[in-house]
Amino acid sequence: MATSPLFRSLDARTSEVLIEFDGKQISVADDTNLAAALLEAGVDVTRKTAISGASRTAYCMMGVCFECLVEIDGVSRQACQVRTHAGLKVSTHSPAATKGDIHD
Amino acid sequence: MSGVTIVVGGGLVGLATAYGLACRGQKVRLLDQGDTALRAARGNFGLVWVQGKGYGMPAYARLTLRSAAMWPRFANDLLAETGIDVHLRQPGGFSLFLNHEDMAEEAGQLRWIREALEGKYRFEELGPEELRRRLPGVGAEVVGACYSPDDGHINPLLLLRALTSAVQRRGVNLETGCEVQKIENTGSGYRLTGNGRTWEGDRVVLAAGLGNQSLARQVGISLGLSPNRGQILITERLPHFLDYPTNYVRQTGEGTVQLGYSNESTGLNDGVSASVMSDIARRAVACFPRLANVQLVRAWGALRVLTPDGFPIYQESPSFPGVFALTCHSGVTLAAIHAYEVAPWIAGGPPPDELQVFSDQRFKNPDYKVTSNGH
Amino acid sequence: MTDHVPVIVLGAGPAGIVAAMRLHAEGVKVLVLDEQATPGGQIYREVSLASPKRKELLGRDYAAGSVAVASFIKSGIDYVPNASVWLVTAEREVHFRIAGETRVISADRILFCSGAYERPMPVPGWTLPGVMTAGAGQILLKTGARVPNGAVVLAGTGPLLYLLAVQYLNAGVKIKALVDTSARSDLMAAARYLPAALPAWKQLFKGISLMAQIRRAGIDWYQGATDIQIEGKVKAQAISFTHKGAQCRVDCDLVLLHQGVVPNTHPTLSIGAEHQWDEGQVCWVTKQDQWGALSVPGFFIAGDGAGVNGAEAAALQGRLAGLGIAISLEKLTTKAAESEAQTIRRSWEKIRCIRPMLERLYRPIQSLQLPADDTIICRCEEVTAGAVRQYAALGCLGPNQAKAFGRCGMGPCQGRQCGLSVTQILADARQVSPSEVGYYRIRPPLKPITLAELANEK
Repeated sequence: MATSPLFRSLDARTSEVLIEFDGKQISVADDTNLAAALLEAGVDVTRKTAISGASRTAYCMMGVCFECLVEIDGVSRQACQVRTHAGLKVSTHSPAATKGDIHD
Repeated sequence: MSGVTIVVGGGLVGLATAYGLACRGQKVRLLDQGDTALRAARGNFGLVWVQGKGYGMPAYARLTLRSAAMWPRFANDLLAETGIDVHLRQPGGFSLFLNHEDMAEEAGQLRWIREALEGKYRFEELGPEELRRRLPGVGAEVVGACYSPDDGHINPLLLLRALTSAVQRRGVNLETGCEVQKIENTGSGYRLTGNGRTWEGDRVVLAAGLGNQSLARQVGISLGLSPNRGQILITERLPHFLDYPTNYVRQTGEGTVQLGYSNESTGLNDGVSASVMSDIARRAVACFPRLANVQLVRAWGALRVLTPDGFPIYQESPSFPGVFALTCHSGVTLAAIHAYEVAPWIAGGPPPDELQVFSDQRFKNPDYKVTSNGH
Repeated sequence: MTDHVPVIVLGAGPAGIVAAMRLHAEGVKVLVLDEQATPGGQIYREVSLASPKRKELLGRDYAAGSVAVASFIKSGIDYVPNASVWLVTAEREVHFRIAGETRVISADRILFCSGAYERPMPVPGWTLPGVMTAGAGQILLKTGARVPNGAVVLAGTGPLLYLLAVQYLNAGVKIKALVDTSARSDLMAAARYLPAALPAWKQLFKGISLMAQIRRAGIDWYQGATDIQIEGKVKAQAISFTHKGAQCRVDCDLVLLHQGVVPNTHPTLSIGAEHQWDEGQVCWVTKQDQWGALSVPGFFIAGDGAGVNGAEAAALQGRLAGLGIAISLEKLTTKAAESEAQTIRRSWEKIRCIRPMLERLYRPIQSLQLPADDTIICRCEEVTAGAVRQYAALGCLGPNQAKAFGRCGMGPCQGRQCGLSVTQILADARQVSPSEVGYYRIRPPLKPITLAELANEK
């Protein structure tokens, strides 16, 4: 589903690398803020909440909201604290729905 | 005669007892502290745990077994009262061991209890292969486990919410932000005072955790309490992988994983320390290697309410009849007993089986050997 | 890296770098730990990498930061970037994570320069993709010159919002609308503080100039807006609000929210330092002495983390803290520091005099301090304002009990986004001051670490 990216860069891209998001290859600037790169690449949803499965993505860009959590090599990371590099594999963050949530 | 029973303490002991009293038609006023109180109730692992309890005191093993057996009824009653399911699961529990000495010591204690209970005590000693069959994903460093089919767990937050809702629905008067400092006999009942406030009742139940010490002393009950700090770690939510509660690791219904287990004497300091946190993390990863790359979200400390031998004290004051002290550190496991046997006794009914064993007078007996274990 | 240093400075924003340089000048060995990759904090983020064109776009105040940052880099002070501090003990040990490893360093003095972050602005729909903070917009501008690609609406109030608007105009971005919660009544009420603010006329002038630029650009500027809601199923599609009694709706792709910034109090709360509720700033601030010393021995604070006063004030506080720490380490006598301190304090007074006016002018509106029942206030655990009010009805007195009732504050952000809302909602429900209600108990880790990283800590 192609969506128009929320952000674009005014800079000319000097170097690009290929990373993966949910198995799909995307081209991003090298050694740049991952959360920013995903926004620029038109990836609008990077996380599903545990309670309702709502779609979320980066909100504060400075590490205090944790909305930009993604999964990288099986580890939860804040995308705004990660820098891109060739071959980076990123997945949507979504803890599997669990039974017996306090919100039930 | 006001006809009111005052329960001092809104933790698990106070709430369960207040609920039991209210179910018996008693008028109850429950006094709880403020937002930053110590609250052992916040430090629990949610375990309904039988294994190992009562080493040195068979009556406690029997009490615990009885409470665990009554827990399904308790959970159903809370569900019926409030619509809140506390997620009681009793699939059995595992005590995991990372060295043979610890396992041998525990197994020895379990065998002692079984003999003292004339065989009416179930557990299994599991070697690594059998353990791995039952708990896939358990780490190679785990040398074995003791399994008790009577162990289980609940959701501690839901339990707190269910009890709070249940007592209010039953007409218990819940007062918060209270500090009870003094208790006096008025001749026609008891008066409690603290921070400029006063409460009166015919009966008083002291269920204030560590706060029981000074109040109980005023009515001639000596509890000899000491705080024992346990640090708990909790992780981010994970896909469900662990159905059974264990001594070190427990996955909650929300998917988060709770990690423990530690004992420290730090007075009233409920903080955490990097070294103990690190130990707990190391043990957790040794038990379940899949936890290695899981993010820690929070660590906190909570103070267990420990009597000199670690076993409960249930005592009516000899000089202040109608004033009771209830002290234990297993507020979750014993919640059912508190609601269905202790509360009726407080309301004037028959005492629970072997109640006299839990008297504070046992410490006055010079022959009484305190085998202080942390269980 | 050694296991012990005399002074650790946490944060390399305007306060941290100035404090470090002041201590360095007195011959005190300092270690600066920074979560970012380059010095400058949030306000001067990546200024050392910025081209002249970028500095022009971002404005003079941003460009001015490059001087201090350049001096800091040149000074040779021990600077550790990409360090994520997860625990600071009252015994002055700093535990941090760097490149997947955990390290511990202890110090004789620790200076918190952890800055501030956006005040949460809970409105219906604020959790949708396509809704971010104005600060996030600025960060994207500073890191890679990223600008909104579609229709963007700025909503809220506060100097940062207007600055961002002008920066976007400089970058050629069309701003679809500015939905401004500040009303004429706020202006009238703030006018009372204008005489006292006059010594800071330069700053006043800057603000007026920003407003003028926004007006000249002809942006749709809705002032005194209330009842803000963001609409959309899976992402933001429109913003609706009430303006001059009429219901308005503006289609958009991106909404950037702002209601001022608040001190990052988690590190200082975690060591047990005393805080107080500041009614003017509508947030918690630290209690410190004239040098920035906190109530816990050996700890100091400088910058917006102590109370929001801006970058210039942060630098002044940094110098004062540097002096104070040097004095406490007996590297400097109070007498020798006094004349410099007096100069600093005079400048400080001049800068601070604008604050009462700004605080009143840009005070968050009631409906944002006390959101409607169905508004999510805990983003992590999706707990609504109404749920928190229910807990109050059940006898919940404060935020820590509220956590036990409904998990709010238990998610990864550990209350950073919901803390102020929960305190204020409970205070309103109980009809007491936020001061009496208190705040969440802050526990480690301050930032996440994995169990393996924790297990392997040396």
